[in-house]
Amino acid sequence: MRLRQTLVASVAAMTLGAGAVSADPVTVGLITTLSGGGAGIGADIRDGFQLALTLSGSDAIRLVVEDDGQRPEQAVQIADRMIQSERAEILTGIIFSNLAMAVVPSVVAQDIFYVSANAGPSALAGAGCSPFYFNAAWQNDMLHEASGAYAGANGMTNTFILAPNYPAGTDALTGFKRRYTGTIAGEIYTQLGQTDYAAEIAQIRASGADSVFIFLPGGMGISFMRQYSQSGVDIPVISTAFTVGQDNLPAMGEAALGVINSGQWAPDTDNEANRTFVAAFREAFGRTPSIYASQSYDTANLILSALAVADVGQREAFRDALRAADFTSVRGDFVFGNNQHPIQDVYMRQVVNVDGEITNRTLGLAIEDYQDVFAAQCAME
Amino acid sequence: MRDTHRELAVNLALALALFAVPLWALYANQPFTITLATRIAILALAGVGLNLILGFGGMVSFGHAVFFGVGGYAAGILAQHAGSGAPILGLFPGSNQMLVIWPVAMVVAGLLAAAIGALSLRTEGIFFIMITLAFAQMVYYFAISWPAYGGEDGLPILMRNRFPGLNTMRPWPLFLIAFGVLMVMLALVAMLRASRFGAALMAIRQNPVRVEAVGISPYGVKLVAFVISGMITGLAGALMADLTRFASPAMMAWTMSGELIVIIILGGTGRLFGPVAGAAILVGFEVTFGGMTEHWKLWLGLVLLAVVLFARGGFIGFLAGRERLG
Amino acid sequence: MTLALIVEQMLNGVQFGLMLFLMSAGLTLVFGVMGLINLAHGSLYMLGAFFCAAGAAWTGNFWLGLVAGTAAAAAAGALIEVSVIRRLYTRDHLDQVLATFALILILSEGTKMVFGPFPLYLNIPAGLSGTVNLGLMPYSLYRLALIGFGLAVAIGLWLLIARTRLGIRIRAGENDREMIGALGVNIRALYTLVFALGAALAGLAGALVGALQSVQVGMGEPVLILAFVVIVIGGIGSIKGAMVGALIVGIIDTMGRFLLPRIFATFLEASQASGLGAALASMLIYVVMALVLILRPKGLFPAHA
Repeated sequence: MRLRQTLVASVAAMTLGAGAVSADPVTVGLITTLSGGGAGIGADIRDGFQLALTLSGSDAIRLVVEDDGQRPEQAVQIADRMIQSERAEILTGIIFSNLAMAVVPSVVAQDIFYVSANAGPSALAGAGCSPFYFNAAWQNDMLHEASGAYAGANGMTNTFILAPNYPAGTDALTGFKRRYTGTIAGEIYTQLGQTDYAAEIAQIRASGADSVFIFLPGGMGISFMRQYSQSGVDIPVISTAFTVGQDNLPAMGEAALGVINSGQWAPDTDNEANRTFVAAFREAFGRTPSIYASQSYDTANLILSALAVADVGQREAFRDALRAADFTSVRGDFVFGNNQHPIQDVYMRQVVNVDGEITNRTLGLAIEDYQDVFAAQCAME
Repeated sequence: MRDTHRELAVNLALALALFAVPLWALYANQPFTITLATRIAILALAGVGLNLILGFGGMVSFGHAVFFGVGGYAAGILAQHAGSGAPILGLFPGSNQMLVIWPVAMVVAGLLAAAIGALSLRTEGIFFIMITLAFAQMVYYFAISWPAYGGEDGLPILMRNRFPGLNTMRPWPLFLIAFGVLMVMLALVAMLRASRFGAALMAIRQNPVRVEAVGISPYGVKLVAFVISGMITGLAGALMADLTRFASPAMMAWTMSGELIVIIILGGTGRLFGPVAGAAILVGFEVTFGGMTEHWKLWLGLVLLAVVLFARGGFIGFLAGRERLG
Repeated sequence: MTLALIVEQMLNGVQFGLMLFLMSAGLTLVFGVMGLINLAHGSLYMLGAFFCAAGAAWTGNFWLGLVAGTAAAAAAGALIEVSVIRRLYTRDHLDQVLATFALILILSEGTKMVFGPFPLYLNIPAGLSGTVNLGLMPYSLYRLALIGFGLAVAIGLWLLIARTRLGIRIRAGENDREMIGALGVNIRALYTLVFALGAALAGLAGALVGALQSVQVGMGEPVLILAFVVIVIGGIGSIKGAMVGALIVGIIDTMGRFLLPRIFATFLEASQASGLGAALASMLIYVVMALVLILRPKGLFPAHA
């Protein structure tokens, strides 16, 4: 079956020339979280992707979207269905690393492309890298490393660090420490999904730290920032886009003002593609896009750019087309490293109030042309 | 008597359908349908375990996902150590043979069930529901935060574990394995139900005092049933980990415990083949509506509510009539 | 580790415990009077928070939002009782579990459809923001207010049950369900009222806590499970038990999170100690629950001894 498709595709490619594309749209399966606590991020992932398709005017992609409910085995089942029943050739959309770890290895083992619009677990960036796996966002540690580098370079010498007690949390703190030059005033792991941080805030107050680094994505970050702002502790907070991103800021409100955080993108990132994206997203959905929406938008444009020059049926050619990353990223320069994860600049941003909207404003560069540390363990050239 | 015949016919039809649909899919080249049928068979098996205590013994365990998850981890951990060659805790070698993994999964789940059961069965009714839930939650938090085997990231199984003479990487042989195990366990549970032990278990649900009067300890009978139940659900977990090639704490989340109860009630509480019908209905619903609307859980809730309020016998009760309790 | 820090953590534990009490009181009341296990109690907590956030955003006043959240939860409770729960009193616990599990799915998805998938904004009222100096250390005024609020509700609830006509009927219902029907009490109305009262308590807790944390779909279930632990420890159906259980859980959980990592840090490397301490702290209250069960299988204050 696959062989015949490939033959037909090759014949079509030969007759139409190198840049030819088959007439049938390619099915892209977008598996994301649309129910429960992560539903907001999932909505941004879906809407960002859809917006890119709409703006491109291209009909090269048939998009299939399904909710994984943030459950690994649900995501695996959906991936099976999309590949086996919908004949999807490219999958994307998963938010959480634990779901990605459940889905991606078996997907790429079937020679199906997976282009990550968010999760970037270290296992898939290092020894477990695959020619069929691309990451259009970052390797998980990257933003935390940027925060660590920035903290050290900006006079913070004694930082209290805090994250939930699960792999992404320990990775975050390890990532922060990797590039941080100061001392650690205290290190706390909280329960995943914890909603009350009074006990931790009291310890931060008592620690004598000059700064606090937190990784508390989703509702955990909202709870922490609200309680922190009410605690009278005024030690500056440094974080990443996962904690004080546009998905959380409306709910955090004034409590988040002043928090410095890292991200490869911000709503005010200064380039033409981004201005178009942010304006169109606001127009279409009535809200400011989050970093997740920007990554998903980039993912869609990356896939479209590859489909424009190669047929997905020809795996080698299509992989080369993806690796070329010949699209305009809303974050600015975008290059893939040997492990097919981005080598990119990461910026520091600060939460500010712009005409009543709580949002992030770019402060400056934190780390330049940065490649994740796991790339060295990836056998691909 | 007629009702029993009708239930037998329904059971036979269910078993045949569960076998025939994937067989058709094999020839129609619809591998996903085979995968779905495998999933149904495994979830049904987990339900068969729970049904033993919930349906026959009247013990509503709201934490049975913990055994499902522990079975899954047994498969994942053994497979990982087989891959790396390092012995577990420096003592036992790993294994990638299902025939080794299954007994291990059952023993581990059984030991956990003995511990949880020994404490929980000191209570009954609503207490029992809440306590089983709370213990499952305890293990769940442990699994999330314990880094050795992946924590919340879970534990991937790179190559499916092996079964002599069958290629488990292909959907159809894997289905045959799951289906075979399900049928064997159904037969075992049917025998158990017909035994003196089964009679005692069902009598305890009706009238524990009378059972005690004839010299049988209700606590002992219930504990044994709870352990067997945990073992069967643990076996299902090991199979599920192989199907999804992944073991994760999500397998023991409280929503999974809820789903197992849903499977039993949809199919018909205390009916031998109830979990088979229930798993088929739930998975069918998920696949059909999950692709159609992101609000499918709302509809699932409404359907469940309707079943509880108006169709208490579940699927088998609807087809074979209400069960008459002696 | 200073005295101030220990006192502050104790206060945090008490505050957490009192919010758990509001949740548990409703659950235990509904079980005590009607013999019903209500898994959807967490959804009513969520509704309280969402309607408080919406009300506060609409009127610009937190207190109006708080009234709206409590009222909405009570109304939702009454509606659910009349349409669904009423049919479940005579059923076994299995049917109750499944029906209220279904209600969780419906209410969660319904809330997401109405309010959208993103968390809502709800801030602490201006008059209660900031800290007060307690001598030893500054402490959040709002948390202090929550302690006061929790105690006030507890006393109010006690007065309601001990001193009012409704309270007499509730106690009668706990002791003998058939009896109060015979006494000419409108039992259907009583049940609806009790269920709405429990829902209002959950909604109130959700609204109060919502200002401190994230108002989002799914916020109710973790609290529900903690409330179960509280009730198992305290004894089902007992308001006093709920109070004691809630304080035990609140204080042990807070102190465990605070102390366990420090204890491990005396003989382990810092990040290992923190990780292991956190892992065991998350299991601590369940261990306590198991201990209570071994010693007192019906909880500390069994209602139907």
